[in-house]
Formats: sequence, C-alpha cells, structure tokens
Amino acid sequence: MAVVRQPRGLGGRQPLVKQLRRPGAALNERLRKRINRAPSPLLARGVPWLSVMVLSLMPFLPLVASAPIMPPFAFMALLAWRMLRPGMLPVWAGAPLGAFDDLYSGQPFGSAILLWSLAMLVMEIVDVRLRWRGFLQDWALAAALIAAYLVLAAGLANATGGNSPVAAILPQLALSLILHPLVTRLVAGLDRFRLIPISRAPSGLGR
Amino acid sequence: MPPPNDRRPGFSRRAQLGIFTGYVLAVAGALAGLVLVIVAVVDNGSFAFLRRGANEVVAPVGAAGSAARSGSRNVFEKIGDYFDAANKNAALRREVRIARVQQIRMRALAEENHRLKTLLGVVETSRPPVATTRMVASTSASTRRFAVIGAGTNQGVEVRMPVRTALGLVGRVLEVGPNTSRVLLVTDAENVVPLRRARDGIAAFSEGRADGTLRLRLINVGVNPLKRGDVFVTSGSGGIYRPGIPVAQVQSLTPDGAIARILSDPAASEFVIVDRVFQELPDPAATPAPEPAVQ
Repeated sequence: MAVVRQPRGLGGRQPLVKQLRRPGAALNERLRKRINRAPSPLLARGVPWLSVMVLSLMPFLPLVASAPIMPPFAFMALLAWRMLRPGMLPVWAGAPLGAFDDLYSGQPFGSAILLWSLAMLVMEIVDVRLRWRGFLQDWALAAALIAAYLVLAAGLANATGGNSPVAAILPQLALSLILHPLVTRLVAGLDRFRLIPISRAPSGLGR
Repeated sequence: MPPPNDRRPGFSRRAQLGIFTGYVLAVAGALAGLVLVIVAVVDNGSFAFLRRGANEVVAPVGAAGSAARSGSRNVFEKIGDYFDAANKNAALRREVRIARVQQIRMRALAEENHRLKTLLGVVETSRPPVATTRMVASTSASTRRFAVIGAGTNQGVEVRMPVRTALGLVGRVLEVGPNTSRVLLVTDAENVVPLRRARDGIAAFSEGRADGTLRLRLINVGVNPLKRGDVFVTSGSGGIYRPGIPVAQVQSLTPDGAIARILSDPAASEFVIVDRVFQELPDPAATPAPEPAVQ
C-alpha cells in the first residue's frame, strides 16, 4: 500500500488551493503555492471590517432575550482589532462601523457612531501615553472603555424614552469584561486567517 | 505589544497629511454621531426608513435562526423526556383527569357567560388575527427592548397592532416595513400597558424595566392588595390591546405595586400572532379622521 506523503516544504502554512489537475504540473504547482504567494489584499484589508459588521448582526441570532445580557460583541471586536493590530483600522473607522451597528442594535441612531469614534480617539491618546502594554493592561483598558460605552449607551437609550436603571446593565457588563480575552482570541484567529498566502500578488500586504 | 511605528511618518508630506486627515475624519465622525443622536432623541421616529431597509435585508437570516431556536429546544426537551418517564406519565394522567373535569366546567361557564352577555346586549368582537409570523430578531445588547418580526405592510400589519404569543402579550408594532416590522416589547421602559388582576379586576398599569421584568403600578393607591403569584391580564382600556391577554405574574411587592415576571418570554417563542387594534381611536398625531370613531 503506497502512502503518498505530502512534503511539508519549508515549514510554511499549507495553502488552501487544491491539488491541480495535470500530474506533470503537480510539482510545479506545489512549489508555486509557497513561492511568490502573498495574502489576498481583499482578505487582508477586509476581514477586520467584515468581522465587526458580522458581529453587529448579533440581534439576529436564534436568541431573543428579554433582558440586555449580551455583551456588545461588535464593539469588543473593534477594540480587540485596535489593540492587536494598531493602525490596521483607521482612526475614523468608528463612524462607518458604528453607523452599521446602529441599524440593528436598537439604540438611537448615531449613538454608536459617536461612542465608537470617541473610543478610537481615546485609543489613539492611550497609544501615545502608554507605549508598551501587556495583555493585562490591554484588558484593563478594554474594561474601562467597555464600561464607559455601556453606561453611556444606556444613558443615550434612556434619553429617547425609557428610564431603565443602570443596575440593569451590570450583568451584561460583568459578562463583557470576562469575555474580552475570548474576543481577543477570536480576533487573533481571524488575523491569522486574513494573512493566509493565497493570491499571486507579489506585493507584501499585511503588516 | 510593541507600539505602532506608523506614527512618525518622517519627511513624507503625503504620510503626514494622511495621518492628519485621519484625525480630522475621526473627530468629524464623532461630531456627526452627536448630531444624529440629538436628532434621534428629539424625533424618535427619524431614521426609521434606514432601519426598515436594513431589517428587510437581513430578515431571512433571522428566520432561519428562529427555526434553529425551536429545533434546538425540541432536542433538549426530547432528551429530558426520557428521565423519570414513568412518574411523569402517572402525573400527566392525573393532570389530564383533573383538566377534563375543569374543561367541562369551563365550557358550562363560557356558555353561561355568553348567555348573560347576550342578555346584556354586549357585542363580542373577536376578529381573526392579522398575521402569524416568526420573531426574527431582538435587541440583545441595548437596554431598549425591540424585536423584529417577519411580517409587514404586505401582510397587513400596521403600526400600533398588538403582538402576542399563545402564552401572553409580547408587545406592539412600532415601525412597519414591507415584510418586517419592529415591535416595542412589553419589557421596554417606554411601553405602558393597562392591566387588571385576572381574579378580581384591580386596575394597574405596567412599565418595562429593561431587565425582563415589569413594574406594576396600581391606579388606586392605598393598602397594597397584591400577592405573589397574582396574574395580570390586559384590561382593554387605551384601545390597543383587547381585554384578557395574559401579561405578567407578580414576583415581589413594592410600596405602590409590584415587580412582575412576564408570562410570554420572547426568548421562548418562535411564532407570534399579530392582532388587530382592539378599538380604533382617532390618532391625535395623524391627520384628523373624516368621521370620529364611534365608541
């Protein structure tokens, strides 16, 4: 029984492209998979935006809740991208992403545009003050930003009618703070995914 | 985490301008957000058209999700059914026997009620529901409690129509799109529902507390007559909800009323029923009706 072993090559990641059709071209193709390959610019640039937008669609999950317990995953992902890859999302990214989130979140339109833009600006300031940060510092920073975001968002929601007590968001706040490392992990996975070398473009994208 | 190195663009004029433009855009975005929030606070219905379009686009995903919700619940229920099946069977038999007797008694009472009502000349207005549809989404992270259902003007849904499940009241329609509508849930703090105690008709009204419970306020302030476990149903005043839809059960007492748990948890319902508005009243906000509604 002949076992055909795939040569592992130079230790690079196995690309997703399938083995090709002609046997003569197979070796060529296999080499070409690793040499002269670059991440697709579309994925490399688009995954951060797309992941935050998909998380904005959380309300459409098969989970209709009668209380605000779900963490603001889209906002948390935005923070995680900003902390993991500073400069990947531009400073102004909070406004368009927030506008998309406002369409589905149930908040008054504009609340996420305002708060997410402010969060991105605060991160810029923090980057100047605290240049080398560990993960615990990032977590503490994210905790502060998420807490401020939730309280201010509840305040804006109350301004449009409704007078929910601040205590109503405490379970949500606790859950969000605990889940921040998990969201960071997810974003790190997406970060690896976006840099898979699949396209032939020789330009070195991806920071 | 190393600090980002793109903050010092060197002598490249283009890079310097790029960074500056980024900051300008970010601040402009924040200011635009502030303006939009103020507009939304002043006029609650603004930007409804944006939400409507957005919901129409994503609603099919939500419909699939809601099917998954009921499906997954059934799996767990099915597994749970195998535990302690014999005892459950016996208990159910006993319950059925009792229920059968009660059913006969209820039928007799309904018959008598009908007869008395005809004697009094009260006209029963029971009309078929407007639509039966799926609940496709609900706000999860916001303190405002909205939901999206999969029926709109094409199915005959209109603003103010009450939405309920077989178990109880869910909310009322707030904004209508072609195939989706936005529902203000009973648990939202803006939703005030006139209620009465099912047993003896003590009048109260409920306000959502945004955490899944309702605050009941009695209309006659005095000694609080409520007890834990009291069930409240809609009273029909206000004209939106027909009387007798179950809403909430008292959980704990407060000086002027109670905190109550809603009976129809939106999380446990896949299908909802959209009813007609109980009594059409002339809407003060709309253009004056050609003839005032006869009460």
